[in-house]
Amino acid sequence: MVTYLFRRLFWLIPVLITVSAVTFIIMRSAPGGPWDTDADRRQVDAATAKSLAAYYGLDKPMWRQFMAYVIGDTNSQTKEYVCGMICGNLGPSYRQRGRTVQDILFSAPEGKTFWQSRFGYSIRLGVMALAMAVFIGIPIGIIAALKQNTIADYVALFIATSGISVPSFVLAIFLIIIFASKLHWIDIVVDDWTQVKYWFMPMIVLGFGTLAFTARLTRSSMLEVIRQDYVRTARAKGLAERAVVFVHMLKNALIPVITILGPALAGLVTGSFIIETMFSFPGMGRAYVQAIGQRDYSMIMGTTLIYAALVAIANLSVDLIYVFIDPRIRLEE
Amino acid sequence: MATIQPATTNNKIVELKDVFKPGKSLGQEAWSRLIRNKASVIGMIIISFFIILAAFASVLSPMNPLEIHSGKKFMPPPFDAGATNIKAEPEYLLGTDSLGRDVLSRVIYGARVSMMVGFLPTAIILLIGTSVGMLAGYVGGRVDNLLMRLTDVIYAFPDLLFFIIVMVALRDTPIGQLMNGLLLLFAALAIVNWVGVARLVRGQVLSLKQKEFVEAARCIGVKDSRIMFRHILPNSLGPLIVSAAFTVPGLIITEAILGYLGVGLRPATDSTSFFITSWGTLMLDGQTAINSQPYLLLAPAICVALVVLAFTFLGDGLRDALDPRMRGTQ
Repeated sequence: MVTYLFRRLFWLIPVLITVSAVTFIIMRSAPGGPWDTDADRRQVDAATAKSLAAYYGLDKPMWRQFMAYVIGDTNSQTKEYVCGMICGNLGPSYRQRGRTVQDILFSAPEGKTFWQSRFGYSIRLGVMALAMAVFIGIPIGIIAALKQNTIADYVALFIATSGISVPSFVLAIFLIIIFASKLHWIDIVVDDWTQVKYWFMPMIVLGFGTLAFTARLTRSSMLEVIRQDYVRTARAKGLAERAVVFVHMLKNALIPVITILGPALAGLVTGSFIIETMFSFPGMGRAYVQAIGQRDYSMIMGTTLIYAALVAIANLSVDLIYVFIDPRIRLEE
Repeated sequence: MATIQPATTNNKIVELKDVFKPGKSLGQEAWSRLIRNKASVIGMIIISFFIILAAFASVLSPMNPLEIHSGKKFMPPPFDAGATNIKAEPEYLLGTDSLGRDVLSRVIYGARVSMMVGFLPTAIILLIGTSVGMLAGYVGGRVDNLLMRLTDVIYAFPDLLFFIIVMVALRDTPIGQLMNGLLLLFAALAIVNWVGVARLVRGQVLSLKQKEFVEAARCIGVKDSRIMFRHILPNSLGPLIVSAAFTVPGLIITEAILGYLGVGLRPATDSTSFFITSWGTLMLDGQTAINSQPYLLLAPAICVALVVLAFTFLGDGLRDALDPRMRGTQ
């Protein structure tokens, strides 16, 4: 088990290096450099651009720059060693002068906790959306399966199908137009995200797809379990219906549901950038979209790497959770 | 004088087709199951509607989508005339946008881009994915290993982020400007998505390879290429078709998201261009005018939702039709 865990964690390294290499190559093949500013702003003259490039190591060959990004390199001017990605240093932002990428993403404003950082905001929103998906989606799935082919089942299936197919940002558009623009029930321009009431809308929009998917998966795996012999046995020996449903059926039916939760959380955290932008939510996703708009290449790259790491860890978590909840599965090869 | 008719059938073996009615082929059977499914028929109708809209956009759209009507900015549609204090005009069925262009015509032209983005990359993805997957599954060994490692890496890459990075970085290169940036988008979509198809086909091939009919074919000396294309491929078509039905809406959503972020299609300004605008780009325009002209945002959003829902219905129907054993379990 432990060796398996370490082997899988070890596998993360080549994956992350490949991801950073691909991102690096694509980013560097973009025309224009970091010192090109908009035509209406003050231009960086050639001599300054050259010394800036030397300071940031941009005059070195591509492979050397990549090594510097991943492992680190000695600065040619200050002669001191600057550690790279492996130390958690994602480099300076090209647009927000004087701040590094990890500083923008992980540091909270003065006097605030980690949860007030951009990353913290995104994680909190993702966890809330996941909690909503689980605590509403699973009961819907159970009810639909227990009352198969009744009105309740059809309503649940309709919610599930529409929730899976309608993309979250389209849903957001509908809800914003209905509740903010027409009915004026909610505020879209929010300054103070410490108030809980503002979190509901982004949470619902973000979590609805996962809720629908969870409900559908719970329903289908419940339907599979309902027909099993051990359920009939449990009923035949006179167990109360509640015991049959919760102990015999649910315990088995939830196995596939639990395994999707890891990737679902990763999907919620990484997939939230449009929702964050639409609701002006101060999270990592909005920082990412802003970086796209400003062509802040180092910021785009750093955020992509963090997202990739999150997805990889989430996928790893699936296999581990599997072992804990299903004794039939062993990981030792 | 009764002449005896010579019995023609007595002295020869009865032809097979006289004895057995040729049964329906698998495809016909699946088709008849599909059209009995109400949801998937509705899905097919919606999809055909949008395909026709996309193909005949130039005939069907009431106005030139690029024509700027001066002084007619943000007009509400006639059915919602009292929404703002700007007067509505009956010929602009969905109102006008920030430059006074007809929203309905722009949405119709948007269908063209979305349909192209849905179908064209899917065709490329199926072609590449099927070839590589068949090869990896059938040949096995090193080719197979390479494919699996490649899929591991591509699965770890958040795909939407990859599209964004590619579109942002290569947008201003010569490739990024071909076909208003759509060629680059097609390429990026294909690069990521063929892997899933390859993995699916590989799995199918691996299980079909062990079946008796393949063994029988090999025993009578059928060539490898013929086994692959005549015996294994037709049998793995079912899951492939279903996965294609779910790929198309995924691509349409991706285009809409990228357009919404401003890194998708470059909106055309000259009317000779084939790709004028896309639903994602329209939503980006509509975002800024959410209070003054919500239909600029609402109309493309409804279109995206409808198309995606239609494909989901069709995909579910296809899965039930092509593999009746799976019915009702999903």
